[in-house]
Order: sequence, then C-alpha cells, then structure tokens
Amino acid sequence: MTTDQILSDYLTRGDDIHDDAAPSGPIEKRWDERKFAAKLVNPANRRKLSVIIVGSGLAGASAAATLGEAGYHVKNFCYQDSPRRAHSIAAQGGINAAKNYRNDGDSIYRLFYDTVKGGDFRSRESNVYRLAQVSVNIIDQCVAQGVPFAREYGGLLDNRSFGGVQVSRTFYARGQTGQQLLIGAYQALERQIGLGTVEMNTRHEMLEVIMVDDRARGVVVRDMITGEIETHTADAVVLATGGYGNVFFLSTNAMGCNVTATWRAHRKGAYFANPCYTQIHPTCIPVSGDYQSKLTLMSESLRNDGRIWVPKKAGDDRHASQIPEDERDYYLERIYPSFGNLVPRDIASRAAKYQCDAGKGVGPGGLGVYLDFADAIERMGRDTVEAKYGNLFDMYAQITGEDPYTEPMRIYPAVHYTMGGLWVDYDLQSNLTGLFVAGEANFSDHGANRLGASALMQGLADGYFVLPYTISNYLADGPFEKIDDSHPAVVEAREAVEERVNTLLSIDGKRTVDSFHKELGHIMWDYCGMERTEEGLVKAIQLIRDLKAEFWSNVKVTGVNEELNQTLERAGRVADFFELGELMCIDALNRRESCGGHFRAESQTEDGEALRHDDEFAYVAAWEFGGDKPVLHKEPLEYEYVEMKARSYK
Amino acid sequence: MKITVRIWRQKDADAKGSMVPYELDDVSEHMSFLEMLDVLNERLTLEGEEPVAFDSDCREGICGMCGVVINGIAHGPEVTTTCQLHMRTFSDGDTIDIEPWRAGAFPVVKDLVVDRGAFDRIIAAGGYITAPTGSAPEANNLPVPKVDADHAFESATCIGCGACVAACPNGSAMLFTAAKITHLGLLPQGQPERESRVLSMVEQMDAEGFGGCTNIGECTAACPKGIPLDVISQLNRDLMGALAKPGPA
Repeated sequence: MTTDQILSDYLTRGDDIHDDAAPSGPIEKRWDERKFAAKLVNPANRRKLSVIIVGSGLAGASAAATLGEAGYHVKNFCYQDSPRRAHSIAAQGGINAAKNYRNDGDSIYRLFYDTVKGGDFRSRESNVYRLAQVSVNIIDQCVAQGVPFAREYGGLLDNRSFGGVQVSRTFYARGQTGQQLLIGAYQALERQIGLGTVEMNTRHEMLEVIMVDDRARGVVVRDMITGEIETHTADAVVLATGGYGNVFFLSTNAMGCNVTATWRAHRKGAYFANPCYTQIHPTCIPVSGDYQSKLTLMSESLRNDGRIWVPKKAGDDRHASQIPEDERDYYLERIYPSFGNLVPRDIASRAAKYQCDAGKGVGPGGLGVYLDFADAIERMGRDTVEAKYGNLFDMYAQITGEDPYTEPMRIYPAVHYTMGGLWVDYDLQSNLTGLFVAGEANFSDHGANRLGASALMQGLADGYFVLPYTISNYLADGPFEKIDDSHPAVVEAREAVEERVNTLLSIDGKRTVDSFHKELGHIMWDYCGMERTEEGLVKAIQLIRDLKAEFWSNVKVTGVNEELNQTLERAGRVADFFELGELMCIDALNRRESCGGHFRAESQTEDGEALRHDDEFAYVAAWEFGGDKPVLHKEPLEYEYVEMKARSYK
Repeated sequence: MKITVRIWRQKDADAKGSMVPYELDDVSEHMSFLEMLDVLNERLTLEGEEPVAFDSDCREGICGMCGVVINGIAHGPEVTTTCQLHMRTFSDGDTIDIEPWRAGAFPVVKDLVVDRGAFDRIIAAGGYITAPTGSAPEANNLPVPKVDADHAFESATCIGCGACVAACPNGSAMLFTAAKITHLGLLPQGQPERESRVLSMVEQMDAEGFGGCTNIGECTAACPKGIPLDVISQLNRDLMGALAKPGPA
C-alpha cells in the first residue's frame, strides 16, 4: 500500500484553518494593538461575570489570581489537596526573560528568534514574539511577590545559560525555580481566596465541558472525596490542566497528571493540535525496575558544567573511574563542537539513544550515559558545584544510592513535556467559543520542541499577562444567558459523566488499571517515542485499539463512586489516554518529516540529523475528533521575520 | 526481601480505623516506599480488596502531597519525603507500621489520606505580599543583599507537607507558619505587611486548632527540607513587636 492509501485509512482531510485573532502589521506592535482593540469591562460590571479555571499550576493560579484581582467571579478547580501541589512546582532549572542584564546581546527579538528556531519552525511567530515581550514583566511581577531568585553579591538578579541558546537569560532559584514561582502564584491566589473573589475547589476533577448554544459555559466535576458529580456554570471556561506526558506511563510528570480535561473538550469539538510533539528530556535518572512508577528529571542546567560521555568501546563494563580519558567519547562535544553539551533537548536525547543502541550505554540494561562533574569540581571547587547544584546532587544520591561528587551520574532520556495541546488562536481561545486554554495544555508557543526554561515563562505569560486581556474582551459581550442545573445541556453532560463512571465500576474484569496503563506506555515508548516509523506507528495504532477494547471489557475497578476512590480516578484517566495515544500515533504517521521532538526515521540527513520538509509540513495539524478517523485541519505557518532554515548546532 | 506492613485502614472520616497487617514477599531494595505500596495495591485489587488510599503526586520530593508516619516517625527513618524514601533503608523480615499524619487540625479522610486545608487557610490569611499583577516595578530597582535572598530562599523551600505538625507532640503548625513569615519578612518587598502578616497568620493558625509551640524541635527534625528551628524565633520576635505596637486593633 502507498503511504497515501495508508493515511486514508486513519484520517479524514478537513478544511484549512487560520488564526484570525492576531493583528497583522509589524510584529513588535501586534500585542499592543490587540490589547488596545480589546474591549474593556467596567470594574462595576466585572463582579457579574464569572470564569471557571481548571488547574492551579503556573498558568491556572496566575490567571485565577489576576482575574480575581480584576474583580471577576472566579471558580478554580484542582485535583490535588491544595493548589500548591500542581506539577509546575517540580520545574527545576529556571525561567527565561529578555532582560539582557548580562549585557551579552540579548533582546526581545533574540528570545523570539531563539524560540522560533528552537521550536524547529513549527510555532506561530505572533505568539512567540508576544511571549518574549511579556517575559520581562514576569520577572518584575515575581520579584514584587517575593520570589527569592538567585542574586549576585551586589544584590542584583543572577542569570545562567540554558540549552539551545548562547546568552545568559535564565533566572533561577537554585534548582527549585518552579517551586518558587508556583508558590508566588499560589500566594497571590490564596490572597484572592481570602478576599472572596476566587472560590477554590480542591480534590475536584473535571470530567466534562458543558456547551450551551455553541459556547463553553461550564464543567462537570467529580468531588473526589464524596464522589458527588457536580455541575458548575460560568461565562467563560479556562483549561490550564497541563500536559499529557503520562500517556507513556513513565514520565517526569506527577502521578496525577492527565489529559482528561483537554480530551473531554476535544471530544466536545475542540481541536487537538500537534499531539505527536513530545519532548524527551535528556537528563533523567534511568529506570531501575518494573515496579517503577515515575522518572525523575535532573535539571538540564547540569549540562552547563557536567560533561556527557560513554566508553568508546561497546560493551565496556568497567567502572567509570577505570576508563581512561582517551577511551571515553564525549560525543556531544565531538559531534556538536559549537554547542557541545548544551545542544537542545531533542538532539541530546536522540544522541544518547544512538549511543545506547550502539551498545555503549552504561548502568543496568545499558540504558544510560555518564554525566560527569569531575572537571567542574576540579575547575570550580566542590563548594561552588555544591552551591549551584547541591539539591540536584542530593536528589540523585537519594534515589540511586550513589554519590555524584565522586562518581559520574548516569542519565537517560525520559518523556518530560508535551508541546502539543488544544488548538488556540492568538487570544488563547480554542475553536470552541468561550473555551480558553493556557500553559502546557495549549499548543501555542513551542512549536515542535520547547527550549529549556521556557515552560515557566509561557505558563506565567498566559496567566498573568495574556488571558486577563483576551478573556476580558470576550466577557465584554456577557453576561450570557443564565443557565441552571436543569438546562438540558447541563443534564446531558452530567448524565454522560455518571454513565461513564458507572460503566467503569461495573466491568469487574481481571486486570488492574495500572497494568493497562503500563502496557499502553510501552507501546507509546517503543513506537511513538524518540524515533518513529510508518511501520511502527501503524502497528502501534492496532495495538492500542486492541488494548483499549480489552480495557473496556476486562478492567477491574474496586469500590464505589461515593467515596475517595483512587482506582476509579486512574481508570477514567487511562481510558482517555488510550484515545489520545491513538491520535498521537495518527498525527505522527501523517507528519512524514522530522522536526523537533518528532523524529521520523524515514526523514533524516545522511549524517542522521532531523530533516524537515517545509514545503509539505509547515503547518499546525489541528485534529477534530472523529473516532477512528479524526479530521485533519491544517493551519499553514508563515514566517515573515525568521528565515526558515535547517537547525544546526554544530 | 520479605516484609510485613501494618497499615492504618479507615473507610472514611467518620469510621473507626484499625491497623491491618499485610505480608509482602518480593520487595526490591531499589523500590521507593510508595512503589512498595503500589505493589501491595495491585495485589489487593486483584484479590478484590480495596487498595490502600494514600496521597502522592510528583514523587520527587517537591510537591508535598505525600506523607505518612512510618514506625512512629513522620516520613520515616530518613530525613526526606515519603516518596524519596527507598526500601534499601529497611531489612528483610522487618515489620513496618504505616499511619496517617496524626493531628487534630488534619482530620483523616480515608486510610492514610488527611485534610491539610488548614495550611492553605493560614496562607490565605496573610502569607503573601500584595503585588497586583502589572503593578510591579523593574525587578533590579530593588537590590536584595545576597545573604538575605539566600536566607529567604531557604525558608521558602517549605513544601507544605505537614510533617512538622505530625511530628509535634502538640500538633503545632509553628514551623510551617514561621517559615513563611521568615521568607517574606527577610525581603524588602515584604516589609509593608510584616506586622499585619504575622498577626493574621498566627490568628488563623490558632483558629484552625493547631497546638501551641513549646520549642521541642521535633518539627525541624522531621522536616524534609531542613527548615531550621530559628524561623520560630523570628516569628515570635515579629509577633511580639507587632503586638506591642499600639494599633487600631
């Protein structure tokens, strides 16, 4: 069968779509123009308008705090026991901002340029430029809140450099930048909760979107303690529910991270964009056994001073200290002399995979490479290394039982971030009117690959500085018709959730939820991971469909709905992961090029580098739900400012 | 290795709980403590029994969601979060007691899960700097001496897990509250609200039913982030100062 015939079995072709919300004109003026054109809401009218925000990470908490502060009535939901637990908290390395405090040639334009290039020319110029513009405001905002960023002895803010760029623009708080930024946003949120502008609902999981007259008007949530299925309505809905990396079972995401909120919206008509773009982070602690529940990331800031190597000889199982210098291959420094150990994440990950595939991997199962600080300790002294990376070294020692000050760390790539997400326009509004999507949950800013320290920047940009303008513009047309719990659309959404819960509880099969999730994860990792092929993806789609069918006839969910039931929670999430996994494989099958986090083995240069096909694939793949045959809508990408060229880090 | 775990099982907030023993035959020393519980839960599920409910999320020691009392010690024998404790700490044949946080202000929800909402309410009462979005001055206009910034950071590393409360014989939340007072009070940005902050946070802490502090120090010994006891001195100092000032009350 030809590729076209194969594709026609898996997808339907729909019309092209466009982002109509971004103004045209000079790129540096677009956001100002959009803000000026946006309709305003009189402060006295704001309290009559309500917004539901699902998720309390950087994007959700910052949006909830800011909209609450502006005077809107905000309802915020999270599945954890406190908004402070959201997984943004685990981000280690830092947050980018174009402050140019180092006087090293940084600028808004350079951050924009680096991000477009780093995203392998698969993101929208307008969005990325705005992100770079507001980056400077984020740092100001966070400092005012009391975020304790690292400082120089003179009292001014310190910076470090990060993968994929040649300037130092990353602000950080030791290896806990995400924690400090999230606590800042959380405190701003708690302040609003205390003032009564935000109503916080912890341990509530969103299970459905309520659409009324083609507008998103509410959500169905399950109270995770009592099991009660509740409906909540508002004038607008924001999903800030994070990424879907847990489709791989093992990832650096938290145990509870899931795709359910965005997937439920997708099933209601929201387009899911670029689902195949997954970021595999190069510096994680390798897997130790079958019981493993998650993978732990070591910040890639470690690559600033650590040197990555493997033995030159395949199968060399000597202890690292026994391998002399001339028998080590510092392969990133060798292959990419100008960026060395600081090449972007996708390149570093794939390079590690190739070394291990060639039998040069180290540690259990040969799935690891060394990250060595011996030179750094000699150059800077142990104390300096400890001051910079102490908590990361401690974390490594805690998990592996090995001392990274005396022997090199072992690292291996792991799924870390998903660039894909719900399609949004420049206003961060999905194709469903009134449904906005922020942070990792949307697809907007990172193209096919995200640069380090850009996730925190995007989450806070969306929540503090973008949504407050664009949602106000939307709400200026409200308040919309009041709807109560007996509205047919509300009843229908609630009943759909109840039916699904009852089905999951009634199957009473023989396999646990986790066993299905692990099997799905293996399929995704093997066929839709660091390297993808047409043959593998076609196989994976069938395997997922078979597994999904078995799940719905053979899963065992203990207990009842009317209690804290963690098995039921996981079952609902895994059920959605099957459908997402299938779409990821279809998207990867359709994209017959290699770009960023998506590497198709059929599309590479002679020396094994990713080969894009801009003539055919310079578009956002926005998928409309269509069961076995989703509908592909293309949003063509045009580059007016940054010339599209092959990324080179050599 | 082979171990026995005795776990607190309690159906819901109102039910009477009890310790229930389970034998585990094949525990790897490389497993994390929570992975050991995952393995037990997989088995219980297949046997048609209710798995043990426990909280965890990031499993890398930073979100603060996990936390149980292991052999009478909050987060277990090593100074770390429960998720970062590994089975290599235990030996073949060990019996391990696992209980939820025990504190009046943290009611049990089910099995090992407790309600720590009181912590959020303490923060909502004043654990912030009022800085409305968009109003911030240029970040480098306000230099902060590195020593203050570093000290503030150390206090700000609190993960809100609640081990300090669970470890305290009085069930006091002083270490948690004081860490926030110290973090914000050390920064120039935190000065305008310094007095009102300590007054409101302490008032909320008392209203939640946490016990008083008698400087026993169990809290700091159990703290996985090493928040030092002297943050409590800082809180007391700020509180005395604020109370001594004649105010509108």
